[in-house]
Amino acid sequence: MILQNEIWLITLLGLAAVTLGFIFVIAQAGKPTDSNRVQNTANAIRRWWFLALVVFGIGVTWATLKPFPIPDQHTPLKAAQVVNVVAHQWAWQLSRNQLEAGVPVEFRVTSADVNHGFAIYAPDERIVIQTQAMPGFTNKLLYTFRQPGTYRIRCLEYCGLEHHAMMAELEVVAAARGDQS
Amino acid sequence: MSVPTLYPEDERLTRGERVVFNLYIITALVVFVLMMLFGLVMRMAQGTWLSLPPTLFYQIMTAHGAGTVGTMGLASSAVMWFFLRKYVRLNLWAFLTNYVLFTLGALAILAAVFIGGYAGAWTFLYPLPVHSMGEWTVHAAVLFMLGYIAIGVGFLLFYLDAMAGVIRVYGNLGRALGLQWLFGGEIDPVHPKTVVASTMVIITNSIGTLAGAVVLVMSIINAYFPELALNALLAKNLIYLFGHTFINATIYMGVIAVYELLPRYSGRPYGISRPFLWAWAASTVMVLSVYPHHLLMDYVMPHWMLVMGQIVSYASGLPVFVVTAYGALTNVYRCGIRWRMPAKLMMLSMYGWAAGIVPAIIDATIRINEVMHNTQWVPGHFHFYLLLGVLPMILALMFHVIAGRAQSLADATTDKLSFPIYAVGGLAFAVALLAAGHVSAPRRYAVHLPQWVPYDQASSIAAILVIAAMLLFTGRIIAGLLRAPAHVDPAHPAG
Ligand code: HEM
Ligand SMILES: [Cu+2]
Ligand SMILES: [Cu+2]
Repeated sequence: MILQNEIWLITLLGLAAVTLGFIFVIAQAGKPTDSNRVQNTANAIRRWWFLALVVFGIGVTWATLKPFPIPDQHTPLKAAQVVNVVAHQWAWQLSRNQLEAGVPVEFRVTSADVNHGFAIYAPDERIVIQTQAMPGFTNKLLYTFRQPGTYRIRCLEYCGLEHHAMMAELEVVAAARGDQS
Repeated sequence: MSVPTLYPEDERLTRGERVVFNLYIITALVVFVLMMLFGLVMRMAQGTWLSLPPTLFYQIMTAHGAGTVGTMGLASSAVMWFFLRKYVRLNLWAFLTNYVLFTLGALAILAAVFIGGYAGAWTFLYPLPVHSMGEWTVHAAVLFMLGYIAIGVGFLLFYLDAMAGVIRVYGNLGRALGLQWLFGGEIDPVHPKTVVASTMVIITNSIGTLAGAVVLVMSIINAYFPELALNALLAKNLIYLFGHTFINATIYMGVIAVYELLPRYSGRPYGISRPFLWAWAASTVMVLSVYPHHLLMDYVMPHWMLVMGQIVSYASGLPVFVVTAYGALTNVYRCGIRWRMPAKLMMLSMYGWAAGIVPAIIDATIRINEVMHNTQWVPGHFHFYLLLGVLPMILALMFHVIAGRAQSLADATTDKLSFPIYAVGGLAFAVALLAAGHVSAPRRYAVHLPQWVPYDQASSIAAILVIAAMLLFTGRIIAGLLRAPAHVDPAHPAG
């Protein structure tokens, strides 16, 4: 499933759970009952609820950080394709815009003026990955294109008047035969 | 432990206090309505229902961001003041000075944006304010930042006065937070939750505001001496430490209204407990250490800080889900409540907070931030808990106060209409933004691609509902505030 769809599903489930919890309590709020009993039951439930959330949180943390989603910035990435990216108000300067699918690409992203956001949109217009383009720093992003097609770079950090128009294209072609590394 | 009456004697406002309180509230409401109209204009422009040149769009965006965040701070500090003054001595002049400096700052900001053309967003991310490609001058940027400094000085003054008051009564900030009871000991059952929450805000927002002051002063110096360049990454860290803390402090000040008022409406005691003290002690540390979740896409950041950003974001959910929202739900469960406006608004606020942090926490996952950062997902989650969380907390206190002055507790007919319109409109507005984030629509784009336009149009309609309800609220509250029950108040502030 597309990552965005997974996120959307999880979010809607989470929102629904919170909503149901509130509806449940509000629906019952009109009938009075003994306060101490409610408090004691609530305290007992709270312990398990807390524990459940902590265990769940630790599990999710582990699952989403291993492997660490951002490449190490201090060691060479040794990708077969390298693109140097310099952001300007308001245009992208790319050292190349023809890439091969299935082969890792290293993007070295920086800016000549203000902060910009380097986001890659797939042919279906979903973001696949992004990093910041910051003056004085180079963020190294590693990505392997799976599908050939026309990808678009859009700016995702507000950079002034033409922020919304700052766009470039990447042509990703199918991997050449014998180059399936 | 007994349940207090709806309108305890020690909450009565003196004449001077009432004037200043009314100034805060009426200003905040009027500015909110104006800012919401700005918001609607932006949304309709993105939805192609309105033609707006990008220059003006980004100016309005800047004014909307700075205006809503600042005014949220103003209104929620009025909530904190209203209740904290029962427990510690607060000087009215400090509260009033904060208002005056806020007004001056707001005027500077408005002039910088709409006369000077400044459109560098409320986050003034270095070096955009001084690098606009000729769109605005450095003087406009500096005026904007001076406006921030005026507002920041006002808040610091208010917090310092509150800090002095708290220390006079409780000896030091740690005891006010209740740290002495974290690991055992008999908790003083009348130790006020208001003091705990206020102390947390005093500590964190003073630090946050100071971080803001440092980066503002550095940016202003740089504006006139460009050879003294800043480190862009350091500036960004300071800006988000400030921005994150400031906007979060509004929730922590606003929730005081729920702690104080909910038990009066539910008729059930809402006592202090060890989990409560833990929640606030932990939040004090977390609100200051969570800000790197704004820099997850800055790959050059030390990676341990990014991991901290994710983990602390997750952990920040615990105090809400396990203590605050859970506690509020326990307090009303089978309590035989009568649903008047303040009670309804408080329940909505707890819902908005608890539900709104779901998409927020999810987005703090580095792997997810890689596809959601700076999309409409972000305004989606923060409008969720600002519009449905913090604003209802503030409105709850307002409706409580005016019902007391009207000497009739019953809701007006308009309230029966305005509340559901607000809740439904707000929810639809926030969900439409989230949905646009799901399809990768960027935030802060003056012009949208055709596939994003339906979301903009849907949320424009939702925004119209919110604004209609907000107008009804505002009319009711201002009329109520200007009505003086016991003695005539000629110095009414609306002029
Ligand atoms: C009817 C009510 C409102 C409407 C229609 C509205 C609309 C908008 C829109 C269209 C944006 C720009 C979204 C984008 O990036 O494309 C925005 C941003 C924002 N809104 Fe609202 N808003 C409303 C209420 C509020 C309230 C009550 C608050 C806070 C208390 C708030 C705080 C903000 C902030 C901080 C931003 C970010 C500005 C930026 O990105 O620089 N809004 N809003
Ligand atoms: Cu850009
Ligand atoms: Cu941009």
